[in-house]
Amino acid sequence: MSHAPRASPVTTSEAPPARRFEYAPAPESRAVVNIRPSYGLFIDGEFVEPTDGSLFETVNPATEEVLAEVSAAGPGDVDRAVVAATRAQREVWGSMPGKERAKYLFRVARIMQERARELAVLETLDNGKPIRESRDVDVPLAAAHFFYYAGWADKLAYAGLGPAPRPLGVAGQVVPWNFPLLMAAWKLAPALAAGNTCVLKPAETTPLSALLLAEILQQAELPPGVVNILTGAGDTGAALVAHPGVAKVAFTGSTEVGKSIQRSLAGSGKHLTLELGGKAANVVFEDAPLSQAIEGIVNGIFFNQGHVCCAGSRLLVQESVAEQVVEGLKSRLQTLRLGDPLDKNTDLGAINSPQQLEKIRELANSGEDEGAERWSPTCALPDRGYWFPPTVFTGVAPAHRIAREEIFGPVLSVLTFRTPEEAVAKANNTTYGLSAGVWTEKGSRILWMAQQLRAGVVWANTFNRFDPTSPFGGYRESGFGREGGRHGLAAYLDV
Amino acid sequence: MSAGAGERLVQVSAVAGSSRTAAGTEVPSSTTVAELAGSEAALRRFLFGLPGVDQVGVEARTASLATRSIKAASKLWAIDTAISMVDLTTLEGADTPGKVRALCGKARRPDPLDAEVPPVAAVCVYPDLVAVAKHELAGSGVAVASVATAFPSGRASLAVKLADVGDAVASGADEIDMVIDRGAFLAGDYGRVLEEVRSVKRACGAAHLKVILETGELATYDNVRRASWIAMLGGADFVKTSTGKVAPAATVPVALVMLEAVRDFAEVGGARVGVKVAGGIRTTKDAIRYLVVVNETVGDAWLDPTMFRFGASSLLNDLLMQRAKQRTGAYAGSDDFSLE
Amino acid sequence: MSERRVAVRKTYKLYIGGAFPRSESARSYAVNAVDGSLLANAALASRKDVRDAVVAARKAQPKWAAATAYNRGQMLYRVAEMLEDRREQFAEAIVAGEGTTRDAAEAIVGDAVDRWVWYAGWCDKVAQVAGASNPVAGPYFNFSVPEPTGVVGIIAPQLSSLLGLVSVLAPALTTGNTVVVIASEDRPLPAVTLGEVLATSDLPSGVVNVLTGRTHELAPVLASHRDVDALDLAGAPAELEVELEEAAAGNVKRVLRSAGPSDWAAEPTPQRMLAFVETKTVWHPIGI
Repeated sequence: MSHAPRASPVTTSEAPPARRFEYAPAPESRAVVNIRPSYGLFIDGEFVEPTDGSLFETVNPATEEVLAEVSAAGPGDVDRAVVAATRAQREVWGSMPGKERAKYLFRVARIMQERARELAVLETLDNGKPIRESRDVDVPLAAAHFFYYAGWADKLAYAGLGPAPRPLGVAGQVVPWNFPLLMAAWKLAPALAAGNTCVLKPAETTPLSALLLAEILQQAELPPGVVNILTGAGDTGAALVAHPGVAKVAFTGSTEVGKSIQRSLAGSGKHLTLELGGKAANVVFEDAPLSQAIEGIVNGIFFNQGHVCCAGSRLLVQESVAEQVVEGLKSRLQTLRLGDPLDKNTDLGAINSPQQLEKIRELANSGEDEGAERWSPTCALPDRGYWFPPTVFTGVAPAHRIAREEIFGPVLSVLTFRTPEEAVAKANNTTYGLSAGVWTEKGSRILWMAQQLRAGVVWANTFNRFDPTSPFGGYRESGFGREGGRHGLAAYLDV
Repeated sequence: MSAGAGERLVQVSAVAGSSRTAAGTEVPSSTTVAELAGSEAALRRFLFGLPGVDQVGVEARTASLATRSIKAASKLWAIDTAISMVDLTTLEGADTPGKVRALCGKARRPDPLDAEVPPVAAVCVYPDLVAVAKHELAGSGVAVASVATAFPSGRASLAVKLADVGDAVASGADEIDMVIDRGAFLAGDYGRVLEEVRSVKRACGAAHLKVILETGELATYDNVRRASWIAMLGGADFVKTSTGKVAPAATVPVALVMLEAVRDFAEVGGARVGVKVAGGIRTTKDAIRYLVVVNETVGDAWLDPTMFRFGASSLLNDLLMQRAKQRTGAYAGSDDFSLE
Repeated sequence: MSERRVAVRKTYKLYIGGAFPRSESARSYAVNAVDGSLLANAALASRKDVRDAVVAARKAQPKWAAATAYNRGQMLYRVAEMLEDRREQFAEAIVAGEGTTRDAAEAIVGDAVDRWVWYAGWCDKVAQVAGASNPVAGPYFNFSVPEPTGVVGIIAPQLSSLLGLVSVLAPALTTGNTVVVIASEDRPLPAVTLGEVLATSDLPSGVVNVLTGRTHELAPVLASHRDVDALDLAGAPAELEVELEEAAAGNVKRVLRSAGPSDWAAEPTPQRMLAFVETKTVWHPIGI
């Protein structure tokens, strides 16, 4: 699709003969990773067989190739892990001086940097995301999170949360499939820095990078039981958050599951943070730097195939520039390269699972049924694997499902507005509140918009930026609690 | 040649019938173009109506494009294309006829042992050496370009600049590389910059005009975009980044902004203007990065020596060395190719 | 019976702008162990060496300050890695130069490594602790951020030749300052070797410049130098302090006074970092 004919309004008789700059395949080597045929659970510093669990397969979504067999932890395995974590917290990790905990976390950060390519390739194989993103975003950011929170481990008294902050105990952490390693880092690093121990459950469809992280923790000689990693599906996660030995639950995933966790913890006294869905508005004013805004729109919705809870899935564009923004966007999308996620030139990879693909299809079809206009660039999809073309809906009404429901895929809904007040009203007209984007060269308007928008993160003249120092999290049904920054420590400290 | 590019713009845009480009550039209506020609205020209004360029965004975009991995056949294609786009340049006080003759030999046959290597696009010299280059390159298809207009500073009267151009044209230059008056631009005297480009364009006659913006002195991407539009409105056949005498010279983000400008100009019905990046481009890797940006910004139509050029000297040998590496599998040595 | 191998000795030089020059004055002075035996000759820096060091520090400062806090943190952490690698060497030097037991020397080196780690972690946090958004009564967004003061002149502690030195050097670097440090006069050798550690870490040239020599000769030059922005008197001899503070007033240097003998092994506080930052406050209107 990268060489789809470009619609050119230029017609001159002196046009030079057409040349085509084709990019030869540039696949990253798989040889750097060594995937075992089967994996046990990581409990108390060792890989062990499940006692009451079962086995399931994890698949490369770009090829449907089975990558490995993975254990699904049963309730007994969950108990073993929580017991190990409790012991490690009481006997080793919780009483260790912060500066020594810090050095373990710095080690983890360094080994992640050393084994960066291996992590990136594995992530791409298991998740389907382009290697360019796993290599340039997921893995470096994950290492940076460990580096940042390592530095907090011996400075907790300066975090402004209280004079003598104390760890909560064992944290039960459930992470999603869209950024498997990065979300694991977001959960583990602050918890460990604060002196908690962890039981982490990676997503069912993307367990492998967390298991490689377990190997890295072994290399770092992290004391046994400080981090335990239990693969599995929803039952495993439910058993983990319900376990009485868990003092703190941290969940990133769908709003639906988040609500059920919140309900299930009622009366338990457990601490809880939730990072849930979103339906972010990306608001483009007529005085925006339009070329960069178009890049920001593309990055906002097509980064990671749109499998991003803070994705800019609703483009709100001022009517006076709507036509040229959409034209420019369409022309830009002709150059997006969809295909082999391991190819270094791929911009758009595979959809993570057949279930997710079905959900995207269903919602996209509803968009057409409800009367919005659907457009995709000319784009050949691979025969095997799970794929969805980049898709733009124009003529979307605020009542349409594609303007309200989280699609979690490469589908953009375009709406228009006339005034800043209308932009704010439309942007806030959602039950979510995770993120928003504002594009204008007028500084005071950026700050006014930021003040009005009910969202936990507001990006101005950029989108989808993440940094370990920057708190991230939602308003309203996008969840509560913040990850990243000084604020990220609060979720893991008794102050 | 009294018809300025502005008038051309009106005629064609009436045919195109579109009122704005994808990037949001307002097409000057016939009245505003008339004003552009005559009124400093209208020109300023137009230039300041162009959408801004966000520095962080444009640099993030080029950094992302810099990760494109060009391998195998596509790399060979890119190397040969880049060779054919080189304006092989010598612009030194110590230039002599002997030096220029040697350069011309290199330009015609970059690799004497391999006839498949294409000749470069042009040889670029000072006006007093145009005749030497013209003689050496007769019948080769390699053009002779000459810098003029009190290159590189441009600090001379218009009469002197036009005489400089006339001299180069009379000596047979096929292409003239002029410099804009950066002092006038930075002082906000846009009309004067535009008029100077127009005057030089007239003095060029049949010779192609490349307008050097000296982006290193313009400092901001907003200025680069505005200066590109002035050059195009003045009749430039090419907009060119730099003289090579000021740091920073060409950068990829500057090239991206200029490519967007030529794209927008063509989309509103203006002429299809070429882009030349010059200064500091020494390696094949650099050259391929520019070609990737061309490919993913303006596309195939600009992937041709008539529309995109590299102003360089040492780049050519690196292209030849990488070409040898691609074909033989072994890295070439620095003495495998002639210095000039 | 094998012949005893004759050791190759190290020449101790200055560390200026990433290079290791001898003093431009071509002078040196004998440095003795606590037992009075000769350890080595150290370079006896002159006022011109101070001048060169300040030029190098000034040149390096904008880029060091502009590095992201994350990058600065990575580089300081790299210093810790390099220092850890040379623990044996520094422990020997401390036993000889400070007269401690071997165990105490090893503990000192361990603390010195950990100190780099502590400050490495501060790089991307100091603004989160020392900065603020200020709720002014009006339609303005108002925030304050700490910025580096610039070039900091440091008179290193005279007794604690490694841990004391690291404890004053690292905090100034953390916030983006560059440094000219006058090493302990009688115990200068670990400072020079630390220069070698810094040179082989990822720290850019000129960020740290180390001078060895007579404190009475060098400190007044540093204190009066108009291109030095701040002065840390940690190791200034008591009889020099007033003179140095007076000289510092010439261009309103920020002065951190010596607090007398310090227990450098104690856990530090952010105080030394915050001594060499400027607070910048920005106002911006909020409106449509």
